[in-house]
Amino acid sequence: MGAAQPLIVVRDVVNRFGTQVVHDGVSFEVMPGEVFGIVGGSGSGKSVLLRTMLGLRRPDAGTVEIEGREITALDDRELREVKRRYGVTFQHGALFTSLTVAENVTLPVAEVLDLDEASLGRLLELRLRMVGLPLEAAAKYPAQLSGGMVKRVALARALALDPGILFLDEPTAGLDPIAASAFDELVLYLRDTLHLTVVMVTHDLDTLARTCDRVAVLVDRKVIVDTLEGIVANEHPWIRHYFHGSRGRGALRTAQEDGHGA
Amino acid sequence: MGDVPGLARALEAVRAAAPDTLDVTIDGSLDIGPSWLLRGLVADLRGAGRRVELVGREARHREFLDEIAARDVGSLPAPARASVGERFLEFGSTVRRRVAGWYEALVFGGRLLESAGRAWRSAKRLRVPSVVRHMHETGVQAIPVVAVIALLISVISAYIGAQQLRPFGAEIYTVDLVAIGVLRELGVLLTAIMVAGRTGSAYAAELGVMKLNDEVDALEAMGMNPYEVLVLPRVVALVLVMPLLTVVADFMGLAGGALLTSYLVDLPWSQFVMRLDSAISDTTFWAGLVKAPVFGLLIALTGTLRGLQVRESSRELGRLTTVAVVQSIFLVIFADALFAVFFLEIDF
Repeated sequence: MGAAQPLIVVRDVVNRFGTQVVHDGVSFEVMPGEVFGIVGGSGSGKSVLLRTMLGLRRPDAGTVEIEGREITALDDRELREVKRRYGVTFQHGALFTSLTVAENVTLPVAEVLDLDEASLGRLLELRLRMVGLPLEAAAKYPAQLSGGMVKRVALARALALDPGILFLDEPTAGLDPIAASAFDELVLYLRDTLHLTVVMVTHDLDTLARTCDRVAVLVDRKVIVDTLEGIVANEHPWIRHYFHGSRGRGALRTAQEDGHGA
Repeated sequence: MGDVPGLARALEAVRAAAPDTLDVTIDGSLDIGPSWLLRGLVADLRGAGRRVELVGREARHREFLDEIAARDVGSLPAPARASVGERFLEFGSTVRRRVAGWYEALVFGGRLLESAGRAWRSAKRLRVPSVVRHMHETGVQAIPVVAVIALLISVISAYIGAQQLRPFGAEIYTVDLVAIGVLRELGVLLTAIMVAGRTGSAYAAELGVMKLNDEVDALEAMGMNPYEVLVLPRVVALVLVMPLLTVVADFMGLAGGALLTSYLVDLPWSQFVMRLDSAISDTTFWAGLVKAPVFGLLIALTGTLRGLQVRESSRELGRLTTVAVVQSIFLVIFADALFAVFFLEIDF
């Protein structure tokens, strides 16, 4: 990937709440076509970092560039254009609870494009199939869905506008291992078929080992970025604890046996 | 082992005796309450320099007590008493929060005006289906309760009025009392209070839950403006609906007045209408009605602002919903007072 331009550049980002510094000079780049994982302990500011990259929060210092545009310097209207280039799923889905699945998925499309009902229907069908949802789900409300289906609907909504970049916040949190690994496969499948770049925040070591090309670890208000092997070999005590604890070893071993990841 | 206070008294006696060995044979299991009392006793005695040896049937009980007695558990930190300096700091941060609250309200107003301006220029920005839905929910569905309340209040005021005016033989003025009272003040004010309770709270709670559920963030991340999608349709709907509800309330109020006077004062309906005609001037009806959209605006703004201020906890949601209702009722009555003074000045 040497010659390629990075798709997302985070440079010297500082975030603080009052006197509490969450990020103190965080920098990394995300290359086109990769699955980029962000990990860190609870309270290390993963979600804050994600919100900063999405342009939902202005950092106290530093810049974020998406596709060469510095989103930290854009006004609201320009920022809205950039936002249409990426899709997001939130930790708990954040589906609009007052809308059906169909309305949730087509909302961003109906917002931007002037489409008739039939085209919207076809588009909905395609998106639902893509994320592996039965078409019967379209008429349901989010409260009637299982946790795994909520995540898939959120993914379908995030993909509605054919984004180039997909941000996933804890995509497999709260799913059973089978559903979680199905979701991992789905992410890889979508990355390959739609040529997506995926940035995911996750706690799930299996997901990390299975899907991520590179990993950013948030420790001590800074970030350490490397391939998974590199991160695993890192001597930082928190990272050692994280990847060499009983859970970490199991996940990494499985990944090695699969001949993928580490 | 159920009698913890009894055991505590028994152990006081043991403490006074200060023995060198303690028999901790217990029938059944060692519960947390008794073991904590025993631990305190053993730790105190050992702390005083005695070598207390635990004996008893069950080795695991002895080991457990030895283990927890050896641990320095410390004590819960006492709630700190604020010094003068800290109180000063607390006062300062309260002031800062208040100022930040005003600033937030200002930003809210600004962003709402911005979306309203855009909606003015292009009709697509004003989400008509959403406005209609909210008009239905806040208007059409509120008609029964508003009608009944207006009817009852005018019946009550007509009844009291007729009673007070009878000694002077001036019962006919009950009509004036009801007509002017309902049209100028009661109709619109009661409608506003009902709407604040129904819709102000609903707005705050709906937006608050959306906020807690990250739905507002999701909207923003999809490049949509939450002020345009969520706030503006609600505000527009309520501003349009309040005058309509007020007309309903006015009508029902007058009907209630007519009903009561026909029974109590023996005034036939035709007489009532004639008296009504002379009682009210051209402006009486409008003096009530012009206030309606203003009240609607105040209620909608308060509800939506408080809803969007919800952060992090369900407790905030409850607090801010309450604040929304209380504040909008307060603002409505305050605005009504200003209107009263203003109308008096311009002789409206």
